[in-house]
Amino acid sequence: MAALDELSEAYQRYASTPEFQEELAELFRFYAGRPTPLYYAERFSRELGKGRVYFKREDLTHTGAHKINNALGQILLAQRMGKSRIIAETGAGQHGVATATVAAKFGLECVVYMGEVDITRQAPNVFRMKLLGAEVRPVTSGSRTLKDATNEAIRDWVTNVDDSYYLIGSVVGPHPYPGIVRDFQAVIGRETRAQLQELAGRLPDYVLACVGGGSNALGIFSAFLADPGVKLVGVEAAGQGLATNQHAAALLKGQPGILHGAKSYLLSDPDGQVLEASSISAGLDYPGVGPEHSYLKDCGRVTYQAVTDREALEALAYLTKTEGIIPALESAHAVAAGMKLARQLRREEIMVINLSGRGDKDLRTVAEALEVKL
Amino acid sequence: MNPVALRFRELQQTDRKAFIPYIMGGDPDLPSLPRILETLVANGADLIEIGVPFSDPLADGPVIQAAGLRARQNGCTLTKLLATIKAVAPTLPVPLLLMIYYNQLFRRGTARFLEEIKAAGVAGLIIPDLPPEAALELRGLAANFRIGLNFLAAPTSTEQRIRLAAEASTGFLYTVSLKGVTGTRHRLPPELPAFTERVKSLSPRPVAVGFGITTPEQARMVARLADGVIVGSALVQTIAADPGLIKMASLARALRKAI
Repeated sequence: MAALDELSEAYQRYASTPEFQEELAELFRFYAGRPTPLYYAERFSRELGKGRVYFKREDLTHTGAHKINNALGQILLAQRMGKSRIIAETGAGQHGVATATVAAKFGLECVVYMGEVDITRQAPNVFRMKLLGAEVRPVTSGSRTLKDATNEAIRDWVTNVDDSYYLIGSVVGPHPYPGIVRDFQAVIGRETRAQLQELAGRLPDYVLACVGGGSNALGIFSAFLADPGVKLVGVEAAGQGLATNQHAAALLKGQPGILHGAKSYLLSDPDGQVLEASSISAGLDYPGVGPEHSYLKDCGRVTYQAVTDREALEALAYLTKTEGIIPALESAHAVAAGMKLARQLRREEIMVINLSGRGDKDLRTVAEALEVKL
Repeated sequence: MNPVALRFRELQQTDRKAFIPYIMGGDPDLPSLPRILETLVANGADLIEIGVPFSDPLADGPVIQAAGLRARQNGCTLTKLLATIKAVAPTLPVPLLLMIYYNQLFRRGTARFLEEIKAAGVAGLIIPDLPPEAALELRGLAANFRIGLNFLAAPTSTEQRIRLAAEASTGFLYTVSLKGVTGTRHRLPPELPAFTERVKSLSPRPVAVGFGITTPEQARMVARLADGVIVGSALVQTIAADPGLIKMASLARALRKAI
């Protein structure tokens, strides 16, 4: 609790100062490659329906996913707090890579916890982190995925709290983390809003994003929460199907529970044992979800759906063929939901899909699923 | 007064310090639990903490994680654990505490959970991932059930937080000896004596120190300053090494003597 209080204080003291905001804006622009384009996917739109579909191209950021936004924001905080060592957890490896990247840039020691299962699924990212100078510690407990990597990162943090900063990767974990991560990801929504204003002169009708922990979704949703005309859709991983127990749909199929210091929807059994989530996409493979998503579900502001592994793979292939963009498997979930919705759009309607990351890291998984030998 | 507070009062009246062993419920299996508890009582335990195996034991190091995994693999659930405790508790002259992670209690519903543990003969609770300010409902209801609550204070805690945890505790204040998770340690932090004295000076409740305490020498040092000493991983480890419990019994006896 003391460390969380210290973090809250530091965040309040530094993050809103002009000096901090300017440094972050510079890093976004010259290091991360922001603003990312809002791209009108003409062929994708035309082939599927009548409306217009735009993609927010977070896949074009440095390191290839929205995770860099949060990593840059938090490392500035860590630096100001005088911490010399950075700890992170990672599922797909995108947050681990983003953290290892900013730690390299700022010359800080970096330890990334990653489940053994994910280390196998995301081998290129593991190598990337090592090249960046991070130590990747395999986690062999529990389901050996993101949840367990988070457990280990928290255990490390409570042990080395004096010199270490825990750079959490999503809008999950204990207060104040969910709010901090949302704030650093809110740049996605701010840019989208301004860019669409410029391109179309109006707000979107729909905004779609995938939800694992939920940081890219909150990042883009946050700019539209106060506009009731903008329909917000979060897309969870249905894995093998919501009727099976092989999915990661905490909001759709979970119950209120407590994991990693937050109360939110959670996949757990009646004895309170946390269940193992399942998704082809390592980044969505988490049995919980950020607490703000639970709130947005309960108050009805955001609608949540889920798409299966199979649908996500099809969406990945479809976007690649129609637009020449290979999305991450995580983002492909939002694309899959977008493909269904695109068929119902009216001519004047606009849908924005957050393309949270690029798919290069997933090629091996995709090849295996399609039974192609690389 | 709840049975945990009562036991500490008895100990204080006879100028004794509490020896509080921790074991993992259902490790190596549930049928072993009565024998483990009886052996601990025979070797001088004043209260016993029983861990409830959990999928995500954030506060626990490798020894207790492994014990919890064995217990779950051998089919230990909260329901079965409580049934086993219920059968053995009336024969044991010491209060039994559950160490349980909050989601397990939360999913049951606070009132129903308290009813079930009361019926099983459980005397108190330690919930490592529940701070007192998030436990208002539990604190209200636990008093009605005469279940002793034991909140945690850590070396990173501020004076204000130590006081808050102490005031919310109706049994003892669980003082975490070190920054980190449970497990055996060759050395305890050099600041531990000063920290324990500080906690003692701030707490109106008895203070028991746990995490990392491994040897009788360490237990003796802690017992000089605190009202109770909690030993977990060191004992859990002996059960895994020797299911015959001879090692556990001899370590418990040595710890008792030291405390």
